[in-house]
Amino acid sequence: MKIRAKPHFSVSTQTQQKIAFTLLGIASSLVVVPVIVIFAILIQKGWPAINWQFLTTMPRMGMRAGGIFPAIMGTLYLVGGTIVVALPLGVLAAIYLVEYARRNFLTRMIEVAIVNLAGVPSVVYGLFGMGLFVIYLKMGVSIVAGALTLAIMILPVIITSTKEALQSVPRSFREASLALGVSKWQTIRYVVLPNALPGILTGTILGISRAAGETAPILFTVAAFYLPRLPKSIFDQCMALPYHLYVLSTQVPNVKPALQYGTALVLVGMVFLLNLVAILVRSHIRSRKQW
Amino acid sequence: MVDKIVIENLCIDYGGVHALKNVNLCVKEHEILGVIGPANSGKTSFLRALNRLNDLDISSRLSGSIRLNGKEINREMDVEEVRKKVTMVFALPIPLPMSIFDNVAYGPRRHGIRDRKQLAEIVEKSLKEAFLWDEVKDRLASSGMKLSGGQQQRLCIARTLAVEPEVILYDEPCSGLDPISTAKVEDAMRELKSRYTQILVTNNVKQAARVGDRVAFFLMGELVEIGEAHQLFTSPKDQRTNDYLTGRFG
Ligand SMILES: Nc1ncnc2c1ncn2[C@@H]1O[C@H](COP(=O)(O)OP(=O)(O)OP(=O)(O)O)[C@@H](O)[C@H]1O
Ligand SMILES: [Mg+2]
Repeated sequence: MKIRAKPHFSVSTQTQQKIAFTLLGIASSLVVVPVIVIFAILIQKGWPAINWQFLTTMPRMGMRAGGIFPAIMGTLYLVGGTIVVALPLGVLAAIYLVEYARRNFLTRMIEVAIVNLAGVPSVVYGLFGMGLFVIYLKMGVSIVAGALTLAIMILPVIITSTKEALQSVPRSFREASLALGVSKWQTIRYVVLPNALPGILTGTILGISRAAGETAPILFTVAAFYLPRLPKSIFDQCMALPYHLYVLSTQVPNVKPALQYGTALVLVGMVFLLNLVAILVRSHIRSRKQW
Repeated sequence: MVDKIVIENLCIDYGGVHALKNVNLCVKEHEILGVIGPANSGKTSFLRALNRLNDLDISSRLSGSIRLNGKEINREMDVEEVRKKVTMVFALPIPLPMSIFDNVAYGPRRHGIRDRKQLAEIVEKSLKEAFLWDEVKDRLASSGMKLSGGQQQRLCIARTLAVEPEVILYDEPCSGLDPISTAKVEDAMRELKSRYTQILVTNNVKQAARVGDRVAFFLMGELVEIGEAHQLFTSPKDQRTNDYLTGRFG
């Protein structure tokens, strides 16, 4: 009986395995398909519009001609400002929550708040930023106001991924350092953080992509409809790629579709490049870490 | 010999679980004290109390006193000062994810030594003391994690020596090592005797006999017996020690 039962069992598990693999394969291809299609369409329709002039000159004739230089620069400023604010703040908050805070009512409230913050629709961030930064703190419609709004939006992403990265550093590493009389802060600084860096960068990558692509949070806080010059200071407005794309597609009549697709392609390409840089840095760090 | 560590009425419990009950003992300067006992007898808890690593466990409660050179470690010393003077080598070797050199230099650097030449001297001296120098002197820049298990454990000992402690605690340092690596670690301990006080927790009774000057036997959180190694192994005073040594339980 036993002898007969065994081969029967193994055949059926093999079939099961095949079915499972096929299903998993289909599911993952379904994820890839839209990405490829989007890219293909963008490249096919947007590539003809892209040339040096398009990337480096001001828009002309009510945005129906000329380049998108100020929008590119505006998005770079915004992403830069957002990271400068959100990264240190998020990392410090995560260090506090993971390494120092006692588990009590307050820290649980903070954690719930972070989770909920991640689920808030981006237009709400936009209105919040307008209320707090633009009006109440009198920053006006400006790069600071926009970057701060975007920073608040991506804080949950950075805090959550940093927390996970810190928690994944083995406890034994901390104890090995502490057992030598090294202080807790130095242990965090020299053992925990270096080993958590790849995870922190992953959060930063996600944050950058979101900050670069969102329209609603910058709508009321920084984005200029049509401003064919570079911002003069961080208290100036600026154009930004996602908002410019929205304007071209819905607000300006008779725009050549190539311009719209070209702008979209530049935006996607820029996010892709920013991500690529972060991914390269991360894999460089990972290759040095051996556990 | 002088008493290096004096422990009085030491009790530790973890939210109701009594890990140590009323332990009284002295550790003499420059001796190797072997600590044996079956699983869960409180040996690790005992060691972690001595360099205050048990502070990290929020559930642990400690009472009684532990004096190092006459100073109470929980009340009269900073935690960093205690851990710098009383360092710990763990059961599994834990090289930090950095080069061999940086592993050994880690402690001194964090304690403020910046001078490259001085660091290089400390690293060489510590690796020599841990019997590892000859095996790694040509590859100090390679990762500490690429060494064999036994080499890693000696690297951890060297890292410990580099902070110039007074007491070194070992928690089953050879439990993952083969006999040859074990012998090398034991050689290192014997060599260190002249300058350091060492406490060796081990599951291996023979190892306690080989390197211990005195041996303490723990059972269910109690210190059952402590005595000269030779005496304890040949004529234990307590019946329970005898039972453990003859393998009747544990
Ligand atoms: N962090 C902790 N939290 C709760 N209970 C603990 C903790 N550490 C140890 N204990 C308990 O304390 C008792 C003693 O444990 P300890 O680790 O000191 O024993 P041990 O002699 O080192 O055992 P082993 O030989 O298995 O290493 C055990 O009952 C254990 O379950
Ligand atoms: Mg133990």
